[in-house]
Amino acid sequence: MYRSSMPRSSRVNAGSEQQPVIGKDLVAASAVPLVLGILAEGESYGYAISKRVSELSDGRLDWADGMMYPLLHRLERLDYIEAEWRKPEDGGRRRKYYRLTAEGERALSDQHQQWAAVTEALAAVWDGVAKLGDGPAMGWS
Amino acid sequence: MELSAEVEGQISQWRRYVSSHPTVAGSDVEELEDHLRSQIDDLRDVGLDDGEAFLVAVKRMGRMDDMWREFASEHSDRLWKQLVLPSGHSSESATDQRGLIAAVGTAVAAGVATVALVNGIGTDFDSDPDGLIPRNIILVVLAFVAGFLAIKRQISGWPVVATAGAFIASFAATNLYPFSFVDGHTAALTAIHLPIMLWFFIGLIYVEGDWKNHDKRMDFIRFTGEVFVYYTLMALGGGVLLGVTGGAFAAIGLDPESLIFEVLLPGGAAAAAVVAVWLVEIKQGAIENIAPVLTRVFTPLFALIFAGFLATVLVTGRGVDNDPEVLILFDLILVVVLGLHLYSLSARQPGDEPGLFDYMQLALVVSALLIDMLVMFGILGRISEFGFSANKTAALGENLVLLVNLAVAAFLSLAFVRGARSWAKVERWQTTYVPVYPVWAAVVAFVFPFVFDFV
Repeated sequence: MYRSSMPRSSRVNAGSEQQPVIGKDLVAASAVPLVLGILAEGESYGYAISKRVSELSDGRLDWADGMMYPLLHRLERLDYIEAEWRKPEDGGRRRKYYRLTAEGERALSDQHQQWAAVTEALAAVWDGVAKLGDGPAMGWS
Repeated sequence: MELSAEVEGQISQWRRYVSSHPTVAGSDVEELEDHLRSQIDDLRDVGLDDGEAFLVAVKRMGRMDDMWREFASEHSDRLWKQLVLPSGHSSESATDQRGLIAAVGTAVAAGVATVALVNGIGTDFDSDPDGLIPRNIILVVLAFVAGFLAIKRQISGWPVVATAGAFIASFAATNLYPFSFVDGHTAALTAIHLPIMLWFFIGLIYVEGDWKNHDKRMDFIRFTGEVFVYYTLMALGGGVLLGVTGGAFAAIGLDPESLIFEVLLPGGAAAAAVVAVWLVEIKQGAIENIAPVLTRVFTPLFALIFAGFLATVLVTGRGVDNDPEVLILFDLILVVVLGLHLYSLSARQPGDEPGLFDYMQLALVVSALLIDMLVMFGILGRISEFGFSANKTAALGENLVLLVNLAVAAFLSLAFVRGARSWAKVERWQTTYVPVYPVWAAVVAFVFPFVFDFV
């Protein structure tokens, strides 16, 4: 259970030479598709979603946990997700569970296409950079 | 997996801190707390102790300022404080639910009773030349208000018994006193003063019998002002509603007059009284106490008008007209001044230094005091000319009651702006004075008819 959160907490002390922390703008841009995508796997609640984010990104996507909730509420207002307060089956505290709506699925697939286009374009750029890195050296020699 | 009491205490402190921002709603705090507790549980599973787990979990939550900003941009509507009406699925407590049911039930009952009184005993007021029906209606509506408060606050014991007794006595006086309606004034005086007295008995229920407590008295004063404001707002809305209703029915060729004047208007006005009380009870800063705001706006204006009026009296040498209506008008003005004074008191921060507004207050109270004296001369003039009558005696008494209050208030306010006395003294005087009003109202309502042979 805890394995996924451990790197996040330890990273605070461990420094970040190995794993570059993802920049703020990118975090913000990827937040919506990430949350929608996680909810596409099945309904979930805030804490589980933020654990899943860190699991999926290997701890490199670093959000303050508190920021998850305004985002969830925005998605709820946009009707991408719907929420329900209830107690979990195994007892315990009341929780607010979120679930993807049909509207949210459309938004997710839309995001998917946009991100595919971006990654495609970036892939071409990285290819170019790689070629540039080797190419001219060979060409001029 | 219980947490230690110390960490539980820290969590509730954290919860208070998080919810201190207006855009974070109660259910949001619950959601965030669930997150925090889940995180703490997981951290304890890997061996952290309670305190460490709490610290790490709070740190992971991130900076509250950032979160609040996000909440504010997502929920900007919440910055406009909403009137939170209890709804079934929210986390609001059962007390609110009971209040809602009691309020709706009592309001409907008050409306129905009023409509029945208006229509049951004759179809119009022609069959009630003495105006007994409206007099009873006011008492009935106040009885429903008192009953609602008693249910809402689950009051029993002597305050309820005393209030019930006051209501029974009021009904008895209204209906059994042998008033001479045609040429007498005591009937009208009793009708006016009973509701005033009864309102203070409602106050007895409001303060839950703790009438000696000065803070509770101040709360009741605030409550009175807010009820007045809410009722006025609802009356305005109700006026629009009735106008629209009348227009709509007239448009299809029906005359809505009897529907409006015999059902909607009396029923609505009665129900609105209960609803106003209920709204003031549940509103949690919804319309941030509006009475003090109005006070701020109107105190300088009233002070200016009064000063101008007094200057005119001095320059032209005109005395106040001796007509009873004019004297009553001045009584009303003084009540308004007292209201302005009271509500500026109720909103003041105890530690504040005297400022411009306090001088304005002082000017208002002093000018009201001078006007009150003018009125007193007017009444005394009439009394020496025509002798004591019920009306004049009542007006004189009212003026005395207000004069004493304003004189002491002026003295204390002056001492306050000069730094000689604390603001608490000014406030204390007003709360001390509160019982004088119902006692005087009771004397006029119950004793005057005997003294003046029901004329």
